Amino acid sequence: MSDPAPSPPVPSEAEREELRRHGILLTSMEELYNWGRSHSVWPLQFGLACCAIEMIAASMARFDIARFGSEVFRPSPRQADLLIVSGTVTKKMAPSVVRLWNQMPEPKYCIAMGACAISGGPFKQGYNVLKGIDRFVPVDIYIPGCPPRPEALLHGLMQLQEKIRGQAISGPGAPRHLQAATACDYPVPEFGEHDLVPPKNPAVWQPPVLVRKEGA
Amino acid sequence: METAEEIRDRILARFPGAAVAVVANPGPGAQHSLLLGAAQAAEIARFLRDDPGLRLDFCSNVTGVDWLDREVAEAARPAAPDPAGAPAKGAEAKATRLQPGFLEVVYHLYSVALKHGPVVLRLRTGNRKDEVTLPSLTPIWRSCEFQEREVFDLFGVTFAGHPDLRRILMWDEFKDHPMRKDYVEPDDYEWEPTPHGDLLPKARRHYPAAAKEAPAP
Repeated sequence: MSDPAPSPPVPSEAEREELRRHGILLTSMEELYNWGRSHSVWPLQFGLACCAIEMIAASMARFDIARFGSEVFRPSPRQADLLIVSGTVTKKMAPSVVRLWNQMPEPKYCIAMGACAISGGPFKQGYNVLKGIDRFVPVDIYIPGCPPRPEALLHGLMQLQEKIRGQAISGPGAPRHLQAATACDYPVPEFGEHDLVPPKNPAVWQPPVLVRKEGA
Repeated sequence: METAEEIRDRILARFPGAAVAVVANPGPGAQHSLLLGAAQAAEIARFLRDDPGLRLDFCSNVTGVDWLDREVAEAARPAAPDPAGAPAKGAEAKATRLQPGFLEVVYHLYSVALKHGPVVLRLRTGNRKDEVTLPSLTPIWRSCEFQEREVFDLFGVTFAGHPDLRRILMWDEFKDHPMRKDYVEPDDYEWEPTPHGDLLPKARRHYPAAAKEAPAP
């Protein structure tokens, strides 16, 4: 009866930093893969309202989204990794947004930029305004603001990079495209006689349960 | 520019017996308008455009108004009925009668050539249900085309003679008319973080049942 061979100690971040200073780079496949992915997030060139102007500003020289590897705004969803929903999503536009999302290949991410894309924003009481794109599309990052400044968009992008770097290649924490059981097709709502049919995708979004006081 | 009364008199001189009335605007702007009967509205509009003294060559705005059924106090003395349909003032209310609702389309006309305007036209439908057809003025002013489509979409007024009468803002399958006062919007307030005012009853319908039994802290 002998103890199993002890696994080699995982070098700590400080030790790796010390080795890096001596020109030795220690990494893992997962880390390298996610490092590459997180620094080449190509957004879809797609704007809906005034938030799109801020998105354009973020891509220009002053704010320079190229510092984060996301300057390549793709005109085709087939080549894009990131859907920035920048503006009010009307119910007439919502099926097109979901269709664009479906046309993007995995791995793909979605940023809801601004109050409108999150919840309908100041237009929430409108009969033709979708009360948040997360009713149909899984949103990774929400950026509040009306509209958010370019710095906020860059911060959201950095948060998304953080999220990508934290994703495992295998196991339960793997992203959607590495999990065979997950469907990558999201149902596109149809135009109904009074509203979109269905008005939301319950597999993606359920209203949060808020416990309210009596009489509130 | 001529006043609304003068324009009305000119129209009546040109089209004897035409249904034309002046609707007075009591506001400080005093922007009185001309109420036209639907039957001759297109001819009168063409006259307004082509008349050398008016030359109203530009229709800048078309909009709709939804007037619901309302109770009108019947005047005691047989006053001359106000042609504009406004309730008579200063009369003791004896009885009330139900004035049926209607849809109204308002046109704002300007003359670019003579630099005057606006002249405001009003057209009214028979009721709000089945008699909702009005003559289209798009053949006279091309700029009415999209705006009449918008009135058709949001108020449900059908314009006879419109070249391309389709919904413009809502999708084609949509059945309602959202700007009508009795429009019931879809119930999609499942989640409202801080409901108040008009939103509170809408949000209440989606409160979870368990929350009502939650003990007050």
